[in-house]
Amino acid sequence: MAGQVAVGSRSGLRSALPLLLPAYLWLTVAIFLPLSAMVFFSFMTDLPLSGKAWSFTLDNYMTFFSQGLYPTLLLASLRLGLEVTLWCVVIGYPAAYVLAKVLKGRSREAIFLLVILPFWSNGLVRIFSWAMVLREGGILDTALNAALPFEINIDLMYSYPAVIIGLVHSYVPYMVLTCYLTLQAIDDSLIEAGRSLGASRLQMLKRVIVPLAMPGLVAGAALIFVPVVGSFMEPRILGGRTGTFYGTIIEDQFVAVFNWPLGAALSFILLAVVLVMLALASPVLKRAA
Amino acid sequence: MATTRILEWLGRVYVWLLLAFLYLPIIIMALMSFNVSPFYQLPFEWTTEWYASLWQNDQLISATWNSIKIAVITTVICTVLGSAASLALYRYEFRGKKFLQALLFPPIAIPWLITGTAMLIFFFGVGIGRGLFAILLGHVALALPYVIVVVSARLQTFAPELEEAARSLGATQWQVTSRVTLPWIMPGVIAGGLFAFAVSFDQFVVSYFLSTPGQTTLPVEIYAAIRKGFTPEINAVSTIIIVVSMALMLLTARFFKFGGEK
Repeated sequence: MAGQVAVGSRSGLRSALPLLLPAYLWLTVAIFLPLSAMVFFSFMTDLPLSGKAWSFTLDNYMTFFSQGLYPTLLLASLRLGLEVTLWCVVIGYPAAYVLAKVLKGRSREAIFLLVILPFWSNGLVRIFSWAMVLREGGILDTALNAALPFEINIDLMYSYPAVIIGLVHSYVPYMVLTCYLTLQAIDDSLIEAGRSLGASRLQMLKRVIVPLAMPGLVAGAALIFVPVVGSFMEPRILGGRTGTFYGTIIEDQFVAVFNWPLGAALSFILLAVVLVMLALASPVLKRAA
Repeated sequence: MATTRILEWLGRVYVWLLLAFLYLPIIIMALMSFNVSPFYQLPFEWTTEWYASLWQNDQLISATWNSIKIAVITTVICTVLGSAASLALYRYEFRGKKFLQALLFPPIAIPWLITGTAMLIFFFGVGIGRGLFAILLGHVALALPYVIVVVSARLQTFAPELEEAARSLGATQWQVTSRVTLPWIMPGVIAGGLFAFAVSFDQFVVSYFLSTPGQTTLPVEIYAAIRKGFTPEINAVSTIIIVVSMALMLLTARFFKFGGEK
């Protein structure tokens, strides 16, 4: 029996290869080669197959640094990512705590499912649904005017807050999910031990619960921050003219201006920023694993 | 003790408020799709005319069919390729295995905007171009890592001794896989397949960059319609989509708990 296992592990790769190859070949063709092509392409003057002459250049990256517009928009997108992430922590963490430590049994399972269910439904449609609520003469406007004795005009549509609200709505379930998973793993007897040693609620939160839940918080923050920095559909729909961000500029290069090399360079700069962010988060994440 | 009870009560109220925040816009959108006024004016008057007019909209119907076809094919390809890869990663030890597992994360972690534009450039460069085939290529690549992660998680609960036992009783490798391993991981495979369907059916960004005017999917069509102006028809089709995808996820949850209680 022992011999069989040894043989199995020696010829491991040969037996594994036929099973692995189709999946990884597909990922190579549709993800890894395209990403490499994008990097390559960002150093070109033009599409090599359009028949036009092309050469290697650094111009696309020079454009980014020489025109203040692009760094400004990248900063605006990073700020958007930060703000949305912070709101998700503020809103999502307490909910995760209640789910993990207050609710029990069936009601916990049901509410947990309800919280993460919208996350797996269509993101575009959920962003669109906010348009019904936020527009002037929309539901929020009508409801507030019916409830309040004085006239007010709520027209949040096509504004920065609208973009924030839509994005927080889209991503807060991520934060609840990751925080819930780490909070749930904290042994209740640890909390009881702290209590019996005379720690106050606030001390418990600061010294025991938050440090232990840190990996979930960081995982959630990374999972939210990264896609928000690259978002373009949400600002377009809810932000209108105020919704110009780094993502929408990249979209423009590919579907409106057709400056693909510049688009590739802008995408690659975003990818670099994203990778740095993930690298910064990884020590905390590794501690969790 | 009294403060604890008050705090717990506040906690419950808070969670319900969060649920209201998550669901109210969706519910309002659904209600408005049954409202007579095309400008979403109140008072509410019931109608199903927007749903009826959906059937006249050939563009939306053909985009819906494309979405369903692509999602079904994506599901089939992803479950087969993903389950095979998960089995290999579970069963065999070899050099570079950690690296292969790490390779599953870029498709999940990199924003779709980057992946989508990269695919557009590459597919254009190698002559695949845009259209439904390109969209399918992209969707499978995006959904595969999810399937592998879900099936691998199920495999973690599998006892390797069962395979050993079957082998020592004279079962061939194929028999071991089909009679012992596969039945055990089936809930994981089904959950993975449902995930793949959801990822594909809801995918907007990558489809957006890879579609052409005639060859497009439902979310791309909806985005185009939203940018032209809001109509109750978009509400109607959006409501249908959200009901379908939520029903799908409830089904998935039956097969696979999201890391909740064991």
